[in-house]
Amino acid sequence: MAEVVLRHVSKSFGKTQVIYDMDLVVADGEFVVIVGPSGCGKSTVLRMIAGLEPVTGGVIEIGGRVVNDVEPKDRNIAMVFQNYALYPHMSVRENMAYGLRIRGMPKAEIAEHVARAAKILELEGLLDRKPRELSGGQRQRVAMGRAIVRDPAAFLFDEPLSNLDAKLRVQMRLEIQKLSRELGTTSLYVTHDQVEAMTLAHRMVVMNAGRVEQIGAPLDVYLRPASAFVAAFIGVPPMNLLAGRVGEGAFTLGNGLVVRLPAGAPRPPFGAEAILGVRPEHLAPVGEAEAALTLTVETIERLGADTLAHGTFDGNPMVVRLPAEATLQPGTRLALGLVPDEIHWFDPQTQKRLDLPGG
Amino acid sequence: MVEKRPALSAAAYAILALGVAIVALPVYVTFVASTQTLDQILEVPMSLVPGTELLANYTAALTSGSERAASAPVGRMMVVSLVVALTVSFGKIVISLLSAFAIVYFRFPLRMFFFWMIFVTLMLPVEVRILPTYEVIADLHLLNTYAGLTVPLIASATATFLFRQFFMTIPDELAEAARIDGASPMRFFWDVVVPLSRTNMAALFVILFIYGWNQYLWPLLITTEESMYTVVIGIRRMIAGGDAATEWNIVMATAMLAMLPPALVVLLMQRWFVKGLVETEK
Ligand SMILES: Nc1ncnc2c1ncn2[C@@H]1O[C@H](COP(=O)(O)OP(=O)(O)OP(=O)(O)O)[C@@H](O)[C@H]1O
Ligand SMILES: [Mg+2]
Repeated sequence: MAEVVLRHVSKSFGKTQVIYDMDLVVADGEFVVIVGPSGCGKSTVLRMIAGLEPVTGGVIEIGGRVVNDVEPKDRNIAMVFQNYALYPHMSVRENMAYGLRIRGMPKAEIAEHVARAAKILELEGLLDRKPRELSGGQRQRVAMGRAIVRDPAAFLFDEPLSNLDAKLRVQMRLEIQKLSRELGTTSLYVTHDQVEAMTLAHRMVVMNAGRVEQIGAPLDVYLRPASAFVAAFIGVPPMNLLAGRVGEGAFTLGNGLVVRLPAGAPRPPFGAEAILGVRPEHLAPVGEAEAALTLTVETIERLGADTLAHGTFDGNPMVVRLPAEATLQPGTRLALGLVPDEIHWFDPQTQKRLDLPGG
Repeated sequence: MVEKRPALSAAAYAILALGVAIVALPVYVTFVASTQTLDQILEVPMSLVPGTELLANYTAALTSGSERAASAPVGRMMVVSLVVALTVSFGKIVISLLSAFAIVYFRFPLRMFFFWMIFVTLMLPVEVRILPTYEVIADLHLLNTYAGLTVPLIASATATFLFRQFFMTIPDELAEAARIDGASPMRFFWDVVVPLSRTNMAALFVILFIYGWNQYLWPLLITTEESMYTVVIGIRRMIAGGDAATEWNIVMATAMLAMLPPALVVLLMQRWFVKGLVETEK
């Protein structure tokens, strides 16, 4: 077990830079999830930590040792790949034992390690099968078994569940959670699925276009997104973002429509350009008199537990989360109120969060 | 066939039967001739009923060859052919596996240059470069040796190209997983790449064995001693003396014997061969 530290790590492929000055400390035993849209550099970060890609700049430490020039096999890490990367011609047992065999571990000891991992992952009945005779979920488990037998200092997961169907994904997610709690091994987990990120992470790293947007506990990130990007990326459906100018007790959008700001809500100074953010669940129907804005419903999604109403406000798409039994249809005009504490402000230039006192 | 129409089926069978006849009839005539005495063969028309000399002809061919043409025993030629065919197939497979592995899995300077160099040799089979190659082999005093017979045939790139294409279909993650597991490149080669290439190797072996066995021009050029004749050359030398001097019954027996090993290889490797051509184990 060990700490994994990235200091000012950057990476370029030829002339294109894909990672900019990344700093990250993964504490011993911590489960950190890196999340971001496709192509933002998540896999690249993981591959640099694994030693499969050299870093262009900066330092990577594992367990207090700088590993920039250390071969992958000597970094004491184990990686689980998205497509499992099981050796097709080897049985499950051989797949798990291969790394140990190369390291020259005695046969009896290998058998012991494999048996233990198989037990944890409930693979005991499958040890003599070939990967092609396994289901996707079982292959995924074998891939994790191959990582576990090694007793590594850290696990690296690269979208390990994205090839599974939705139901299996939920199940495997719970298993990974349980597993990581039992093993307590430092883990870095890459995904573009924010539900995985929210549920698995002790802390999550939100990346965008090669830069870290925010690092924090999942709920903190959800409640206090550090940038408009994070606000839009974390949360399903995403936070509603409206760009405009702050006026007297109101916020005027680009095309002239107005959002009335509730008394006591924090707000940028009069006349400032800003982005107002509000989550779909923090918009509640109220009487016309107290309404901050009125949205004409265009489409309705009934999810069972709740209902999503979509509309357009001043050219911006907006979503409202309503109770399951809400009676509405396309064309319904919803008068919506804002909760003072649940309004987020972002700087339109830097896209960063603006922390403002109430007023 | 998707449609089931009697007329169509009949036509299809007729064409198939014709095809089989075109291939099988000459083989049958050869076989019949190899069971007759020389006099019987020279009768006009030749009888198409097998004769009684089967054992005598084949024994004669295997142990002493054609006496009139003063050839070596066919048994010896079969051994030479077998050594050549096996050396060529194994040599090619080993060399192409290794070079394809280098080209696909290693980044080294001029990698693409070397790839294209190898690729270009596809256009230069032995027949095209036969004179300079002969010169080289002669200068190296390799005429009438196994090395001279096989090395120039091994040096070509068909198989390298095929293995390269196959290796590129193996997911990169497999190599990365092996790297993390601690496998050195050669270990990865032995433990993963070679086992995964088994069916391709088998298919290639069949093709190359037949290729090596049927070589004509090159062995003809560089073997002058009877003891280094391959079967194919042996047949050619046996009929060199003109019609009257040729022991056709022995020649036909030799031809049948020459056909045997490739046919056996195809039969025995059929399962693997088909598997290698149609499926990849990934
Ligand atoms: N070997 C490479 N050569 C050149 N560019 C690369 C290479 N590998 C990745 N990139 C580029 O680096 C960027 C980040 O890639 P990366 O694979 O890390 O994305 P990702 O966040 O894992 O995306 P995804 O969610 O789709 O897996 C991409 O723009 C990609 O095109
Ligand atoms: Mg990726």
